[in-house]
Amino acid sequence: MEFFERFALPHPDPMIYASMVAIVVVSIAIVAGLTYFKKWGYLWNEWLTTTDHKRIGIMYLISALLMLFRGGADAVMMRIQLSSPEMEFLNAQHYNEVFTTHGVVMIFFMAMPFVIGLMNYIVPLQIGARDVAFPRLNALSFWMFFAGAMLFNISFVVGGSPDAGWTNYFPLAGNEFSPTVGVNYYMWALQISGLGTLMTGINFLVTIFKMRAPGMKLMKMPMFTWSALITNVIIIFAFPVLTVALLMGTLDRQFGTALFTTGSGGMDMYWANLFWVWGHPEVYILILPAFGIYSEIISTFSQRNLYGYKSMVGSMVLISLLSFFVWVHHFFTMGQGALTNSIFSITTMAIAIPTGIKIFNWLLTMWKGKIRFTVPMLYSVAFIPLFTVGGVTGVMLAMASADYQYHNTMFLVAHFHNTIIPGVVYAMLAGLTYWWPKMFGFKLNERIGKWAFWFNVIGFVLAFFPMYLTGLDGQARRMYTYSESTGFGPMNMIAFVGAGLFAIAFILIAYNVFYSFKHSPRNIGDDPWNGRSLEWATHNPVPAYNFAIEPEVESSQAFWDHKQKKHNLFKGKISKIHMPNNSGIPIIMAGILFVFGFSFVFSIWPAVIIAAVAFFACMIYSSFENDQGRYISEQEIKETEAKFGGDSK
Amino acid sequence: MKAKWAFLTLVFTIFTVLTGCEPLLVLDPKGPQAETTSNVIWISIISMSFIVITVLVLLVIILSKYRASKQPADYEPPHIEGHPVVEGTIIGIPILIVIFLSVVSVISSYQVESTPAGYEDEEPLVIYASSSNWKWHFSYPEQDIETVNYVFFPANRSIQFKLYSYGPITSFWIPQLAGQKYAMGDMVTKINLAADAPGEFMGRNANFSGEGFAENTFNATALSQEDFDKWVEDIKKTEDPITEEKFNELLQPGHLGQLSFTGTHLDFSPAPEGEHAGHQHGDSSDKNHSEHEQNNKDKSSK
Repeated sequence: MEFFERFALPHPDPMIYASMVAIVVVSIAIVAGLTYFKKWGYLWNEWLTTTDHKRIGIMYLISALLMLFRGGADAVMMRIQLSSPEMEFLNAQHYNEVFTTHGVVMIFFMAMPFVIGLMNYIVPLQIGARDVAFPRLNALSFWMFFAGAMLFNISFVVGGSPDAGWTNYFPLAGNEFSPTVGVNYYMWALQISGLGTLMTGINFLVTIFKMRAPGMKLMKMPMFTWSALITNVIIIFAFPVLTVALLMGTLDRQFGTALFTTGSGGMDMYWANLFWVWGHPEVYILILPAFGIYSEIISTFSQRNLYGYKSMVGSMVLISLLSFFVWVHHFFTMGQGALTNSIFSITTMAIAIPTGIKIFNWLLTMWKGKIRFTVPMLYSVAFIPLFTVGGVTGVMLAMASADYQYHNTMFLVAHFHNTIIPGVVYAMLAGLTYWWPKMFGFKLNERIGKWAFWFNVIGFVLAFFPMYLTGLDGQARRMYTYSESTGFGPMNMIAFVGAGLFAIAFILIAYNVFYSFKHSPRNIGDDPWNGRSLEWATHNPVPAYNFAIEPEVESSQAFWDHKQKKHNLFKGKISKIHMPNNSGIPIIMAGILFVFGFSFVFSIWPAVIIAAVAFFACMIYSSFENDQGRYISEQEIKETEAKFGGDSK
Repeated sequence: MKAKWAFLTLVFTIFTVLTGCEPLLVLDPKGPQAETTSNVIWISIISMSFIVITVLVLLVIILSKYRASKQPADYEPPHIEGHPVVEGTIIGIPILIVIFLSVVSVISSYQVESTPAGYEDEEPLVIYASSSNWKWHFSYPEQDIETVNYVFFPANRSIQFKLYSYGPITSFWIPQLAGQKYAMGDMVTKINLAADAPGEFMGRNANFSGEGFAENTFNATALSQEDFDKWVEDIKKTEDPITEEKFNELLQPGHLGQLSFTGTHLDFSPAPEGEHAGHQHGDSSDKNHSEHEQNNKDKSSK
């Protein structure tokens, strides 16, 4: 029995037991359902072993949406707890776990897979490729992300959640102050999924550099592909820092080193620096693809070419460079002195310049346009003013002296939600709605989508704008309670109402998927939005081989010029297409990594060793596996094309 | 559109009503340092509202003028590549604003790090403030007394808090007097501040430090010099001396009320500065350390 004691919860709570039961019930239901409907084979052959970038993209998106609801539930719990003074909904320990998981889940397991999912689906289509450069590696990236996400998500029912904040500062995160396995989960969940992300970065960099359609020079790439390219460059430079920092954290916690511990020569400031050397570029890893999506959507629904294409690209390059030189602004208050603070204050404010250029370029793209207010466009239009507010409060925070007052307060919390939600989340919702017909062959219902949009925007403003005020009034972040005399009560009540509306918005979005699946018309054609880039030049939903004939490109809006200037995109004729085979290796390797991570969390060394050996065995097996891929025959392509209306180009 | 206007009005009403009620702590400074930060905040709010309003106005004009429903069905938007003057403007104006704010930021960064304006000529009163889970310990080496979870100091006098921590990183914050600064285990950081008049202020740890973080607060009170002296006398007369044993007991995780002692813990548990610093940037002797600090100062003033 002693062996099992380590899995016990250090801080049990009826709510956690209830979720435990719910998890078991849902798992049983899924397994029973799959068995009853005889879907195991379908699931394994079509999804779990797929190397198709489109299916992997969809799996990323499904995971991101699930995690959105997980992280959202955490958010609602926090808003309930803070809705009025001296609330007794969560205790301090439980609140600390909730905000820690909220942060980690939303950044790593919601925003990242959302961004990477859309990149997976769209980038190869936009550059006219048949898949990514390394399809099997892509599958491994996804399954490693998924293994990390699952590892993190079981923490709260097995052994206890991490509770040192998503920034996980040492020495608080060290053994002395965080003795449970919670922080071990943090280390290994992020390590496994982070390595997956690093491989995604390499994969997409190679894909975009090597696999563009003939004629597509770098400066003729669609803006979303440009943003993906720069994002992946940042991933390649930033993620190794996280890998090393997490490894050092693991050494400190499980092997008795003292790298981040004060005394014994270690330094607590070291973790904060390493974390933010990765963490600040991470912010741009999330926001740049969002900028790319907005560029596509605003251009499409204004029926205009993107204004200032070159300055858009230039500003993204500049942002990516600057993103590595601003990390100290996360801790101006660490006592490094006025000189250092001044330098980082200026580099931080400098980022506002390229970002400002982009805002004005979007405005100028709409100028003289013919604006259609579809759901994706509504999110993009709301993004501009809301993100501007988020951006200017960022400039305010960048002023080092004033940051002494904003730091660690709700003002900061308001600021970064004000950039991440209208910036990243709205972009993802807009992108998802925009490319939904590409993925599934039908549109999401516009009327429900618009309702969700308004709940979303009003909920957002009510939930987060009051925090600017309570922050300036002295409400520190991460406080699980406050007394009535502080006067934070009314504002937090407004924020709670906002969070409620926000939650309704996401329920409406989920309902919309269900509703549209049942009721939306399927005869929408290949170009439902009057699009401009290459992904709209193929069918909805996209066939496995993407394009029957490899497109040849002459401009940065290839498909638009194909329609308007009669550029001929498809000059060749249909011939057999070489495609990658499915493989079970990625999911097996990720499963092994899950076991490895879980055993490591609990220091069960025999299992760790067995898993490590099995993992390398898989690698060796893959190295010697003779997999030449498969061909889709000319006959099969012609049949598929005929099914889509016969106008095979 | 109607909904949008209704919503904007709502936002503005909320803002004006609530900012009008009672001054927000950070924007209600009671000393020169907080005054500096408050001014910087107002300068940035005003210059930033210029940007927000510009973007909002442009957006509203463009959206109302170029919406599809207002245009003839056969309208074909033109192809516009970009224009050097327009792009120059949208780059130039943000650059000017950023330059202006950078100047403000640099000057004020030096201000908040140095002795409060108006108090440059006098020696500051040094108070060591150290945090432990989840308390604040204040040691007065000059007066040779120590308090827990409350700090009294004379108004109209420059005070230097020397900060360090017996646990996780914490952040010492008295919003109405000055911004925050981290307290850490292996080094001492400093906050210089002064209160312009006697008064009571909220002080707290602003950096998350575990379970008892929310209640990790203290009272900061500025007294007149006579009241302060009298208070020190009273402590010396009535309170027990702090012993190492007693102090270690106080360090145990938990919450305590306000306590007072004679003597300070600095005698047996010195602050991590000079030769006691957790990590040294060179030689460990006090003399060299102060030289090192001097060098740093020289560097930064260049």
